[in-house]
Amino acid sequence: MYNTHDILETIKMIEEEHLDIRTVTMGISLIDCIDSDIDKACEKVYKKITTYAADLVPVCQKIESKYGIPIINKRIAVTPIAMLASACQDSNVVKFALALEKAAVAVGVNFIGGYSALVGKGFSAGDYALIESIPEALSVTEHVCASVNIGSTKAGINMDAVKLMGKIVKQAAERTAARNCIGAAKLVVFCNAPEDNPFMAGAFHGVGEPDCVINVGVSGPGVVRAALEKADDTMDLSGVAELIKRTAFKITRVGQLVAREAANALGVPFGIVDLSLAPTPAVGDSVAHILEEMGLEQCGACGTTAALAMLNDAVKKGGVMASSHVGGLSGAFIPVTEDAGMIDAARAGTLTIEKLEAMTAVCSVGLDMINIPGDTPPEVISAIIADEAAIGMINSKTTAVRVIPAIGKNVGDELEFGGLLGSGPVMKVNTASPLKFITRAGRIPAPIQSLKN
Amino acid sequence: MKAVITVVGKDSVGILAKVSNGCAEYNVNVLEVSQSVLSEMFCMIMICDISAISCDFVDFANDMKKLGENMGMSVHVMHEDIFNSMHSI
Repeated sequence: MYNTHDILETIKMIEEEHLDIRTVTMGISLIDCIDSDIDKACEKVYKKITTYAADLVPVCQKIESKYGIPIINKRIAVTPIAMLASACQDSNVVKFALALEKAAVAVGVNFIGGYSALVGKGFSAGDYALIESIPEALSVTEHVCASVNIGSTKAGINMDAVKLMGKIVKQAAERTAARNCIGAAKLVVFCNAPEDNPFMAGAFHGVGEPDCVINVGVSGPGVVRAALEKADDTMDLSGVAELIKRTAFKITRVGQLVAREAANALGVPFGIVDLSLAPTPAVGDSVAHILEEMGLEQCGACGTTAALAMLNDAVKKGGVMASSHVGGLSGAFIPVTEDAGMIDAARAGTLTIEKLEAMTAVCSVGLDMINIPGDTPPEVISAIIADEAAIGMINSKTTAVRVIPAIGKNVGDELEFGGLLGSGPVMKVNTASPLKFITRAGRIPAPIQSLKN
Repeated sequence: MKAVITVVGKDSVGILAKVSNGCAEYNVNVLEVSQSVLSEMFCMIMICDISAISCDFVDFANDMKKLGENMGMSVHVMHEDIFNSMHSI
């Protein structure tokens, strides 16, 4: 019935290879908290979150003990706050961020996401106020994460928003310069943002979602690397892909088990499992090391994009059969400062922003957790966002930018965030000016790929 | 409902007795035991029935973990569902 090998393999995965559930994220709709009086709205927000998520952390802790698997983060994602801000006459929308922070602390979660605006085609009332308030909101809170969706395959790219976000990202870093510019590490600019993403900083609860839902993000790059390490060096790539698929299946099954259990215990519908390989700065938990195990001297070498494309595809193929509902970002993440192998490659100069951009075309998300020089002009940040959004728009995939302008620092200096956010060197950015292009603003029309009907 | 208890560490006198005693205290019935000793390394896997357990499963798991720590062994108690999920379709 039980195979000794299977039992020991599971324990080894958890104990030595960092198999864990990265996050159990509760999505909560705040649509019914809308009020023209911002103080009343904030009160409703606090009350709803603390009621719905009261048991989230204890339930997760119980599941951790039952199955012996760590759940690293417990998080909450809420309706994009810009929608609530639209109804308020008071323009001091930071009050919402403070209400979210208070609720997050009260229920003991690690992060709360949804200080967000969706402006893919244009701005509605509340969007400007919210976006302009992001730097302040991120500087006066610890747990709140912000995101802005500036485009989609269906709508094209809102270049007015792209132009604005270059400035906002820089301000978010400036306002938290004394804390290693952490504000910018909690702000993501998306194209094709998913509405059920459990991962931060980009999680928000989409308008098409139920009132409350449980989404789970799995982890496990260390398990994939260990499986490849045990394999014969002469194994061809079909064999490697097969091995990754099998491993991804096992990882995702644990995610599915935890998601169902958490949903049942909380009396909330199960939403999705996000099939992502999410690294941590811990040694042995790196996506870059998987690519290196596949045969590259260092992540960033020629061949990295191909290896990553295969890894990403195999993870999805293995994972999709293991879960009844798959969603979110689902793919391999390449956040530089959160991945020990990427940090080393960036320090060595093997991994550059240009190579990372190519890699984002074939994997989940985008330019993630990249430290850039503090004097990078806002229009260059906007242009980085525009490039990533274009890759997402044309390829009908999610792309995102989370760059951290390291205020007062230059190429080669280091920024240390600590915890899951890690640390890393400031990377070189091409500073030839895109000012005229960005200043044109307006909209990049939706591509021909959008006309599928 | 079943649980899988694994005990790994340096071999010494009375490991099996102490773990079984711990199970009996909580009315956990031992169904199967498989153990091996290789170069003084003791490795045991126990399959137990926890249907009639006298406390919360989580408390049992934590107590057994502490028992392991006292013996200088690594003891894991995990619900069978995690193995079923991972290793069968």
